[in-house]
Amino acid sequence: MEYFNIIFEEVYKILFLLVPVLVSVAMIVWLDRRVWAFVQKRQGPNVVGPFGLLQSLADALKYIFKEIIIPASANKIIFILAPIITMTLALIAWAVIPFGEDQVLANINVGILYIFAVSSLGVYGIIMGGWASNSKYPFLGAIRSAAQMVSYEVSIGIIIINVLLCVGSLNLSDIVMAQQNMWFIIPLFPMFIIFFISALAETNRPPFDLPEAEAELVAGYQTEYSGMMYAMFWLGEYANILLMCALGSILFLGGWLSPIDLYPFNLIPGAFWLIFKILFLFILFALVKAVVPRYRYDQLMRLGWKIFLPLSLTYVILTASYLFYFNLLPKI
Amino acid sequence: MIAHAIFFYVFSIIAIISAIMVTASKNTVHSVFFLILDFISISCLFIMIGAEFLGMIMLIVYVGAVAVLFLFVVMMLNVAQQKNQWFNSEESSGHIPIGLIISTIIFFELIIVVGGWKYKPELSELSTTQASNEISNTHSLGQVLYTDYIHVFQISGMILLIAMIGAIVLTFRQRAGVKTQSYLKQISRERSEGVEVLDVPSNKGVKIDD
Repeated sequence: MEYFNIIFEEVYKILFLLVPVLVSVAMIVWLDRRVWAFVQKRQGPNVVGPFGLLQSLADALKYIFKEIIIPASANKIIFILAPIITMTLALIAWAVIPFGEDQVLANINVGILYIFAVSSLGVYGIIMGGWASNSKYPFLGAIRSAAQMVSYEVSIGIIIINVLLCVGSLNLSDIVMAQQNMWFIIPLFPMFIIFFISALAETNRPPFDLPEAEAELVAGYQTEYSGMMYAMFWLGEYANILLMCALGSILFLGGWLSPIDLYPFNLIPGAFWLIFKILFLFILFALVKAVVPRYRYDQLMRLGWKIFLPLSLTYVILTASYLFYFNLLPKI
Repeated sequence: MIAHAIFFYVFSIIAIISAIMVTASKNTVHSVFFLILDFISISCLFIMIGAEFLGMIMLIVYVGAVAVLFLFVVMMLNVAQQKNQWFNSEESSGHIPIGLIISTIIFFELIIVVGGWKYKPELSELSTTQASNEISNTHSLGQVLYTDYIHVFQISGMILLIAMIGAIVLTFRQRAGVKTQSYLKQISRERSEGVEVLDVPSNKGVKIDD
């Protein structure tokens, strides 16, 4: 009986985290389309509900009632597994995101490594979907996407090392608490820029949306998907974008800390600050989508390997030598 | 404790079954997927014994990078269509003795390791550093690696670097007649060098040299 109580408590906590995440994913899709439309002087979705807020709900309903078509030549098990894996991986990473002091589902020692591992597993959803569709466009899209994600993971990893050098812990709460005096965006500003661009590439957002470049590959790895399975890819993608925004705000923008540690500001709960920061980063994501044209594939690879990797490695050496010289290295 | 044991057996059974399926499945791509499942369950076992850093690094390095490259090669070569003919063709049965020899060696190595652990516990205690509960896994690993074993660590890094350079040198070849787009040339192009207006006399044409 005691076991059941523990399990129920955990399930309750998980639901309390996941339901808001899923709802905010739906809202963020709407926000993305609105921002995109406003940049292009259009209205965007504004019919369903107030300001079109319920547009994503309507879309979801439509997807649920659509027929799921599985191609005859597809590898059925892997074909069905792929969107499930994408969405599961996008959601489980939220377990370690701290929304405030002690407001975290799993406060594990290696939180940042966990997020990094989960996001590097995200390749498999795409590559499985592309391969199992057994058709040329999805396959090419999947290969492109996997190469892109693996390349940009390298630079994200090295950027994370920069932050870890300043913190001395892999725990996400410790990373936030280390920024009490100064957010890491100030000393590590170039790394923040590189992190932002790498996050765009990691989540297959424009201008790096080559895996689903509609002019070349129809819809990339999603070409053969329909109905709810397509929606799951979609949800997973946006949950990943949100996760990257959350990671960016934890690593560089001080997580749940308020920007000014003064009276009216520190009354606002930390979770709100984190949400503000995530939204700020997401609006930047959406603006980039509207402003920048798509990269060519060789340019994308060149940017990742020949520019970002040397730059971030140099910055690791700079940070380490600076901390060492001025004896600022974190003590255990 | 019971939950711990249950999880241990679940992960080990998944690891063993998927390891068997790696060799047994007919489709090569399926083998790679089983290999990934194997890696994941083994990293879960690492986390269960408290080696969370190793488990996560296992996920990041093996599953996130190495297995993706495996998948690439297998998918690109399109060996999926090639049916598994190892056991029924005449020529391939020549590989069986080699496999047998390797597996016997591994078996005896395992016996030595497990036997030493079982019958000479003081030996295994000598070779392991006791992990303290006060500092985290990552800290203790870093302290051991960068103080006691710094030279070995640096040498292994050098070996990996040499292997990387060697792999690049071996596979790098310059083919003739490949046109690449020069990035600098493209962005520094101006209108005057891109467009040229010519007076073309009728019935004669012009010669364009590039």
